Amino acid sequence: MDINEIIQPENLVYSKTKLLTNKVLSYCPGCGHGTAHRIIMEVVEEMGINSELIGIAPVGCSVLAYEFMNIDMIQAAHGRASAVATGVKRVMPEKYVFSYQGDGDLAAIGTAETIHTCNRGENITIFFVNNGIYGMTGGQMAPTTLAGMKTSTSPYGRNVESMGSPLKITEMIAQLPGVYYVTRQSVHTPTNVRKTKKAVRLAFELQKQNKGLTFIEIVSNCNSGWKMSPVKSNKWMEDNMFPYYPLGDIKVDGKLVK
Amino acid sequence: MGELRLMKGNEAIAEAAIRVGCDAYFGYPITPQSEVIEYLMAEKPEERTGMVVLQAESEVAAINMVYGAASAGKKVMTSSSSPGISLKQEGISYIAGAELPCLIVNVVRGGPGLGTIQPSQADYFQSVKGGGHGDYKLLVLAPASVQEMSDHVKLGFDLAFKYRNPVLILSDGIIGQMMEKVELFDPIPRDKTIQPWATVGKPETRERNIITSLDLDPYQNEKHNQKLQAKYLQMEAEETLFEKIDCDDAEFIFVAYGCSARIAQKSVQIARSKGIKAGLFRPITLFPFPSKEIASLTPQLKGLLVVEMSAGQMIEDVLLATRKTPQLDVQHFGRFGGVVHSPEEVFEALIQKFNIA
Repeated sequence: MDINEIIQPENLVYSKTKLLTNKVLSYCPGCGHGTAHRIIMEVVEEMGINSELIGIAPVGCSVLAYEFMNIDMIQAAHGRASAVATGVKRVMPEKYVFSYQGDGDLAAIGTAETIHTCNRGENITIFFVNNGIYGMTGGQMAPTTLAGMKTSTSPYGRNVESMGSPLKITEMIAQLPGVYYVTRQSVHTPTNVRKTKKAVRLAFELQKQNKGLTFIEIVSNCNSGWKMSPVKSNKWMEDNMFPYYPLGDIKVDGKLVK
Repeated sequence: MGELRLMKGNEAIAEAAIRVGCDAYFGYPITPQSEVIEYLMAEKPEERTGMVVLQAESEVAAINMVYGAASAGKKVMTSSSSPGISLKQEGISYIAGAELPCLIVNVVRGGPGLGTIQPSQADYFQSVKGGGHGDYKLLVLAPASVQEMSDHVKLGFDLAFKYRNPVLILSDGIIGQMMEKVELFDPIPRDKTIQPWATVGKPETRERNIITSLDLDPYQNEKHNQKLQAKYLQMEAEETLFEKIDCDDAEFIFVAYGCSARIAQKSVQIARSKGIKAGLFRPITLFPFPSKEIASLTPQLKGLLVVEMSAGQMIEDVLLATRKTPQLDVQHFGRFGGVVHSPEEVFEALIQKFNIA
């Protein structure tokens, strides 16, 4: 059978959302970023809000998110995505605004901006992809690196005595009255993808209702930085990351549930 | 005739911001410029014009809020004083790189470090030579009166949008804090025009807009830099502003901007009263610098005295401007670190530096 006979509308079982460009992803094969991008853009397409949406890309692996998401986007300085998002939202409160940030960006260099943006209860959505490592710069220790975890700047394992403990920033910001919805999800299995997608949709719906800040952490793998195969990295994530960063809702309807 | 008021320079900046139809101000308190945000908050601009005013958690956050709001194509500004402006430099570099319009006000105080809250002009290099990383320029306006604090807000936004480039008002603690009569311009309604490049949400009818300063390909980044440089050349050709006082017959000319120009203007009077033909050349734009105009000052000129409240910064641009006439004597005088020179000190410096009998 010729391939052109197979490529027919009736044979279509899956298609990429038109809100992702055709640009080849810059992420390592096996990385969760691509799935996270797809989920967000699928929800945006389903809700039909792409013409009212502005995204903020950080510095880190997802610095080029604007190359892949087919929407208006701004690339922010390292750690400042939520301040940039604040600026955008304050002058266009009727639009949807999100930032997409990694752990180094959001929980190390951008901690002040993260906490104060959350505390002001800006009506934006923050997507926080936590893989416990600095991926783009080559696998250095992140604020969320687990105790004992080896990275290029903690080659003998993270020593919490001298390097501090992994920061549960999601639990921290959940305490703030301006934050309305906080959840921690993953994208490494179909079940988790479905749960994350539901959370993304809820976050955008709450943003529309001006409920306050919505925050979705996605615990993800970094097979390159962790120096594992993609499959092994996902297993390692389940065994090591999830016990410290447990999945599930943390704050719903403005109330802590955990 | 516009409305007349007696105002502080900082208040004039804030009132002019509301009147010019500024969409948003983001700032963080620091002496000697806190009156800008205090005045704005007291005026309830969200009721007067719909302008957003937000006190940020830091100068770093404030400049990045400016970056975000400017990406939406809005008229947006921030203000601070020297240490705070240092903190903003990364954001300013991004804004210049991403070609966004915005207005930044520096009410300069003495440095380095925490320095003093007293006035200074020691941030000249930072303002006109880059400040942050990379090959970029700000359009720099230097008001010498409360009137110009107001006027330069309007001019600054016009230039920022003409060039899609950040504009800096380089003021100082004297101009910011002193009270003078100011004629305010009539309010301009906020401009609702959607800029074609702005990130406001992508309709089906156009390609997506991206605001970024990232070009991983060095050849692309070089092209982008060449585009920026072409813009700066155009600014040099079209936007240079200056003022000449008593220069036509002058043998000695003070070159000074901002409050040093005000002081030197008095020194000109003292010199003239003693029969010395002195004049004042005041750059109003510091970038673009009025190099050609300084190079073509009167043929009878014997000396230039650059007066600035710094150890000698603008003098480097004056020396560059006069490099083809090496016989011309160019000297510097200035108190610094927060100390303000008096007109008499400046006059005495003229006498001593040029051995005027």
